Amino acid sequence: MKDMTDNGETDAGPLIPRQRHMHPVPYDPEYKTSVPRSPKWPLLSMESTPSEETGPRFGHSLLGPLDNNLILNFSKDGSPAIGERILMHGRVLDENARPVPHTLVEIWQANAGGRYRHVKDNYLAPLDPNFGGCGRTITDAEGRYQFLTIRPGAYPWPNRANDWRPMHIHISVFGHSFGQRLITQMYFEGDPLIDRCPIAATIKERSQLDRLVAPLDMARARPLDFLAYKFDIVLRGRRQTMFENRLEGM
Amino acid sequence: MVQSLDTMIETPSQTAGPYVHIGCIPSFAGLPGVYPEDLGLSPIAPGAKGQVITITGAVIDGTGWALRDAMMESWQPDAAGRFAGQDGADPAVSGFCRFAADKDSGLFTLTTVKPGPVPHRSGGVQAPHISLWIVARGINIGLSTRIYFEDEDNSADPLLSRIEQRPRVDTLIAKKTAEGQYRFDIRLQGDNETVFLDI
Repeated sequence: MKDMTDNGETDAGPLIPRQRHMHPVPYDPEYKTSVPRSPKWPLLSMESTPSEETGPRFGHSLLGPLDNNLILNFSKDGSPAIGERILMHGRVLDENARPVPHTLVEIWQANAGGRYRHVKDNYLAPLDPNFGGCGRTITDAEGRYQFLTIRPGAYPWPNRANDWRPMHIHISVFGHSFGQRLITQMYFEGDPLIDRCPIAATIKERSQLDRLVAPLDMARARPLDFLAYKFDIVLRGRRQTMFENRLEGM
Repeated sequence: MVQSLDTMIETPSQTAGPYVHIGCIPSFAGLPGVYPEDLGLSPIAPGAKGQVITITGAVIDGTGWALRDAMMESWQPDAAGRFAGQDGADPAVSGFCRFAADKDSGLFTLTTVKPGPVPHRSGGVQAPHISLWIVARGINIGLSTRIYFEDEDNSADPLLSRIEQRPRVDTLIAKKTAEGQYRFDIRLQGDNETVFLDI
C-alpha cells in the first residue's frame, strides 16, 4: 500500500485519537436541535485503519479564478457585494504542528445583513443580488489559505425565545485523511454575542472556544480597501511509528 | 513545571448548521453557477470496475423523524480494495461522494461500486465497507459510521468484532432489497441507534 502522506514524510501511522472533551458536547439542551439528534450510546473507539487514513484529494484545477473571492464570485455584472470588506486568512496545520498543504477549504456565510441565500432562510434582512455566500480554495505548500469576503451580519434564530448567532463564517476542511474531516465556525474578535450563543457554548472548554475567535490582523489589512482576520485551523495528526512494525507493504 | 509539548490540539468542531448546502453543494442549494458542478457528485466514472450498487436510506432522529437537512460524505476503495492514489487503483473510482437527504422525503441515494476488502494494520482483512460522515444542524461534531453489506462475509471484520452487544452489529449492515440495491438507515438516537465511531 502506497504511503499516503505527501510531505515526503515516511511516517504514516494511525491518526492521533480525538480528544473529545476538547470538542463540543453532542447533547446540549440549550441548543435544542441537538437533543433529538445526539447519539445516546457511547461511540465505538478504535485505532484508525486505511479507511480513515486515506482520503480524497482535490487538485488546483478544480478552482475557478474567483472561487475564493466572495465579493465577486456571485456578481452578475462585476458589482461587488455589499458589506464590510475583509480578508480571512490563516494556515491549516496538523497536531504535529506541520502544515497541511494542498487541501481543500470551503466556507459559507450569511450576507452583511445576516441573511443566507437559502430557501429555508426567510429572515427580514434582504438578499444582496451580488452575494451568494460560498467560496473555496486549496492551501499552498505551507498550508496557507485566504478568502476575500464581507463580514457577515448577526441574525436571530429559532431556539430559545431570543437567540442570536454571533457573526460567523462556516469552514469545512478535508486534510489528507477522511478521519481528519472537520467543519467548524470562525467568530470575530470583540463580538458580544459569542458569549450569549448556545451553539458556541456547546464547547465547554473555554480555551477551545477562544481558538474559534479570529483576531483583527492589521498587518494583513490593506489600507483603503479591506480589514483582515486571521484564523488558523489544526487538524488531527498522525502518530509516528518508529518503534512499531508496519503492515506488510504499507 | 515541565517542558511544554510540541503537539497542538485539534480545532474544535461546530455544527454545520442548516445551510451547509450553500457551502458544500451550492447547486443543490439553489445557487447554480458559482462552481461548474457540486463537489463529489459521484464516486465513480463510467467504466468503473465491479458491481454498481445503489444504497438508499434516511437519517432518523430520536423521535423517528427523517432529517430533511442532513448532508453526508462517503469514502471507499475500488472493487479491489484500493483507494484512489494507491498503486493499481481503478482510475474510474474517486471513492468520494457528497450527498444530501431529499428536502421533501428525507431519503438519500448513493450510487457507487461495491468496495473490495481492505487490509487491517494488525493483519487480517476488513470486510467490504463504505465510510460515512454525517453532518447537520444539531450535530455538533460530524458523526462517523460505516456501511457493511449483508451479502458479504462480515464474520472476521475487526471493527464489527469489537461491538459487544451483538444485535447492534446489524445497525452497520445494509440490507439487500434487490440485486444491486441496498437499504441503510442511520438512527441518531433511540431504538436501534446506529453504532457511531471514534476512529
